[in-house]
Amino acid sequence: MSAAASTHGALAWNIMHFGHLLRRAGLPVGTVEILAAQEALTHVDLGDRLQVCTALRSVMVRRHEHEEVFDKAFSLFWRDPEAVRQAAVMALMAGEKAPKRRPDPASRRVAEAFGGPRQSKPRTEQEPPETDAVLTVSERERLQTMDFEAMSAAQIGATKAEIRRLVLPLDLRRTRRHRPDPSGGETDLRGTLRASLRQGGDILDIARRRRVERPPPLVVLCDISGSMARYAQILLHFLHAVANHRERVQIFLFGTRLTNITRQLRHRDPEVAFQMVAHVVPDWSGGTRIGEALAEFNRHWARRVLGQGAVVLLITDGLDREGAKGLAENMDRLHRSCRRLIWLNPLLRWAGFEPRSQGIRAMLPHVDEFRPVHNLASLRALIDLLSRPAPARTASLWRIAS
Amino acid sequence: MSGGVAPPGPLLGDRALPSSVDDTGALLERGGYVADRELATTVHLALSMRRPLFLEGEPGTGKTEIAKVLAAGLGRRLVRLQCYDGLDLSAAAYEWDHARQLMAIRLAEAAGQTDRELLARDIYAREFLKTRPLLSAIEPSLPPAVLLIDELDRADEPFEAFLLEVLADFQISVPEYGTIHAETPPVVVLTSNRTREVHDAIRRRCLYHWVDYPDAVRERAILARKAPEVPAALAGEVVAFVQRLRGEELFKLPGVAETIEWAKALNYLGRTELTPGTVEDTLGVLLKYQDDIAKIRGVEAARLVGEIREAIPVS
Repeated sequence: MSAAASTHGALAWNIMHFGHLLRRAGLPVGTVEILAAQEALTHVDLGDRLQVCTALRSVMVRRHEHEEVFDKAFSLFWRDPEAVRQAAVMALMAGEKAPKRRPDPASRRVAEAFGGPRQSKPRTEQEPPETDAVLTVSERERLQTMDFEAMSAAQIGATKAEIRRLVLPLDLRRTRRHRPDPSGGETDLRGTLRASLRQGGDILDIARRRRVERPPPLVVLCDISGSMARYAQILLHFLHAVANHRERVQIFLFGTRLTNITRQLRHRDPEVAFQMVAHVVPDWSGGTRIGEALAEFNRHWARRVLGQGAVVLLITDGLDREGAKGLAENMDRLHRSCRRLIWLNPLLRWAGFEPRSQGIRAMLPHVDEFRPVHNLASLRALIDLLSRPAPARTASLWRIAS
Repeated sequence: MSGGVAPPGPLLGDRALPSSVDDTGALLERGGYVADRELATTVHLALSMRRPLFLEGEPGTGKTEIAKVLAAGLGRRLVRLQCYDGLDLSAAAYEWDHARQLMAIRLAEAAGQTDRELLARDIYAREFLKTRPLLSAIEPSLPPAVLLIDELDRADEPFEAFLLEVLADFQISVPEYGTIHAETPPVVVLTSNRTREVHDAIRRRCLYHWVDYPDAVRERAILARKAPEVPAALAGEVVAFVQRLRGEELFKLPGVAETIEWAKALNYLGRTELTPGTVEDTLGVLLKYQDDIAKIRGVEAARLVGEIREAIPVS
C-alpha cells in the first residue's frame, strides 16, 4: 500500500489537527479516533474526496446529530489540497468566520472551534447581542425571584439530603434477568452444579435465583415558560437530582421550543450544570406552546426514548398561549406511546387556578395520574408528595383536579 | 481455544475480501443492493479494518439487508442474533447443558471416580457447551461468518456491556471453560432503529454509518432491482410521491421497504398511474399510523398527486 507511506507525513499531522478541531467544535474525538482515522485512510483512495470524507466520518462520528458539524468542518478544513498546512487553514478560517450569513448552530460551533482555544469567551461575543442579554437577564431573574436566595453550600447540601429521600411514584418493573438469591423462587441449575463440584459432585444445596427488578426509564418534560419561572430554581435542583441519582433518565425543557438537557444536567456540580443548561436553552421564561412542544417530542424523540416501558413525568401548569391548539391530539399520542403518564401541576390555588382553562381540559383526559403540587416552593413538601405511593387509578380525574 | 491473535493480512474467507471501494460497491450491487458511494466506502473500511459496522437509521431503510448481501457476496454463513428486551447470555452466546452434566456426574460416581479436579474438567468440557449465535459466529471449528446483531436498541443495557468483549477482541470468555477466540474474525454488522440510544462504549468500537432515506434516483434504482415487474412509469410516480410524502410532517415516514411494497401492491391491482383515489385506497401499505393516514387522506393526497403530475408530464 503506497498510500500508507504518505499517511505518515503531512497528512497524519493534518488529521491530528482536524481531530482537535472537531473536539473544539464539541465532538467527542479522542486519540483513539485520530489513530483510527489514520488507519482508515490507508484503505481508501486518497484522491477521492468523498471516500476520504466518508472514511473519516465513519471513525470520528458516532451519532447522527454530529454528522452535520462534521461535514461543515470537513468542507472547511480540507477545502484546498494546496492549503492543508495548518497555519494557512487557520488564517482561512478567520476570514471565513467574518460574514454573518450562516445562522445555523452547526457552522457556528465549527467557526468557534476554528477561532482558537479560547472557546467559552468568544461564544457569548458571537451570539447576537439581544439573545445574549435575554439569557443573562433571565438567568439573574431566575436566581433573584426565587423564594430561595442564591443557595449557599450548606443549603445545597441540605437540598441534596432532602432529594435523596425522594422516591418517585414509579413501580418497579420485572426484567428478564436473574440474580442469585437464597430465597428466590427459581432454581439456579448452573449455580447448583458449580457448587456441587466443590463437594465432588454431590448436590447438597440447591442454588436459587430470582428476577431482577428495576425502575422503568424515566422521561421528564418540564415547562419553563414565564408562568413557571418562580419554580425554575427548585425544579432544576429536582431535575439535577433525578438525572444524577437514577439511570435511564431523559430530561427535556420546553417553553416555545423543546430542548434535551440530559447531557448538561449530568454534570455533578449543580451550579455548573445549570450554567450549561442556561447556555443551550433558548427560551427561558417565554411563552408556552405546550401542543407544539409535545408534537416535536412525539415526532423526534418519542420513538428514541420511550422504549422499554418508559414513564413520562410532565411538569407544567397547563396554561397554553396558543389556546390549546393541537394539545389534545399530541397528549393522546404521548399517552399511547408511554407506559404511564404522570402530570405534576405546580399551579398555586391563589394564582388563578382555573380547572376549566382550555389547556388543562385538553390534557386531563390523557394522563394516568394527576398530581396538583400546590406548594412547590417547599422542597420538603414536594418530596413528601412525590414519594407517596401512587393512588389507584381513579375513575374521574376531574374530581382530583377541581 | 485456537491461537490468540489472528494473523494480519487478508481474511481467510471462502472468497477474498474486496480490495477497493469500487469492488465493495460492485459486491453489494451483485447482491441486489443499490448502495451509494458513502455506504460502499464505510462497508469497505469495516471489512479491511476488521471493525464492526454500526448502522443506524429509520426502519425500512435496508440496514439488515446489508448483512445478508455481505454474507452472500463473501460466501460466508450468516449468523443472525435478533435482539429483544431481556436477551441474556444463555440465549445469545452459550449455555451449559445441565441435564447432560448431571448425567455425567452420575456416571462418574458409578465408575467410582472421585478426583474433583478431573471431574471438573470432564463436566465443563466443550461438548456440554451449547452454542448460541454469538459463540457460533466466532467458533473456530466452523467456517467464517457474517454476524448480524439486529435491532440492538431492543436489547437492554446489560447485554450491550457483554457485547463489548465480542466486538473488541472477537472472543468470548466462559468462566468455567476458558476463552474462545475466533480464528477468522467475523464480519460484524449491528443495526439500530434508535428506539433507544445505544451506549457510547459500543459506538466507539464500531464504524458508524447513518442509513438515510435514498434520493429519488437511487430509490428508483432500488425499485427496479426489487420489483422489476412494476412498469417504469408507475415506479417513477411512486418514487416521486413517496419522496414528497417524506417532506410532510408525519409521525412515521415511509421507508424504502414501504415504497417497494406499495409499488408491488399498485401493480398487483393493475394500476398504471397514480390517481388520488388509488392513493387513498392503498395508503395503508405506505403509512402505518391512523393519524398519518387521516392527515394525508383526501385533499393532501390529491395535492401531492397533482404536484407529481406537474413534475412528471404524462407521456
